[in-house]
Amino acid sequence: MDWLIEFSGWIITLVLLLIAFFTGNRNEKKHYESILRREEELRHIMVVLVRKPPKNFCNQHLVRGSVVISSNYFTRLLAGFRNFFGGNISAYETLLDRARREAVLRMKEEAAKMGSSMIINMKFETTTLGNIHDPRQQAANGTVEVLAYGTAGKLRKKEQSAA
Amino acid sequence: MYTMLITNLEYVPDRRIVKHLGLVQGSTVRSKHAGRDFMAGLKNIFGGELKGYTELLNESRDEALNRMMRQAHQAGANAILNVRFSTSSVAAGAAEIFAYGTAVVLD
Repeated sequence: MDWLIEFSGWIITLVLLLIAFFTGNRNEKKHYESILRREEELRHIMVVLVRKPPKNFCNQHLVRGSVVISSNYFTRLLAGFRNFFGGNISAYETLLDRARREAVLRMKEEAAKMGSSMIINMKFETTTLGNIHDPRQQAANGTVEVLAYGTAGKLRKKEQSAA
Repeated sequence: MYTMLITNLEYVPDRRIVKHLGLVQGSTVRSKHAGRDFMAGLKNIFGGELKGYTELLNESRDEALNRMMRQAHQAGANAILNVRFSTSSVAAGAAEIFAYGTAVVLD
């Protein structure tokens, strides 16, 4: 039993890696499914990236959506290797893609709750959050916050403005 | 809570800006209690959304907006235009949320 104790550190790491790999993959797949479904539901809210609102834009208010998302242990290890050889790290690409789309969806959900049909001048804001347990790995831990915000509102109908 | 028009556009259609009152800002630095921090640390191994942190940042953003509105209210404004958000992590587990905009009086 001595060898088991001697290598327990390695065994724990390996088990964590395996669990992280499987749960991470499953999480990502589930998240993408829910993103695609909700994007279809909220398609009617237009997001227009212009700074000047149209003349008949009314009922405006600020909406925002944010998400803090973290990569898993396995992808961080993989990314570490990738960092050495160069090239794009697709695990982090999908992480950021998921975060951005989720943030936009939450913003749209807030706009839909207020009965708006349009979001103007949307902006993204991305921050990496430091590891809570190890300040030395501030950027290396792959936790990112994405905020999307913009001005939601409605287009006033023509006959209303004439009256 | 103040009732005030907050927008990140540069003007409001159909309404005229009567008076400019300059820059208003609100910021807050906040961290989560140890229990949530521990859970987030665990979640960090398996990946996925860290709900505790999403909540934390949402609350802080409300607070920052509120402080900005208070400043604008004191200056006598009834709207804040061109609002921007900014975030930075100050120390491990604490984040600063900053909101700023231009306070104006609309007719």
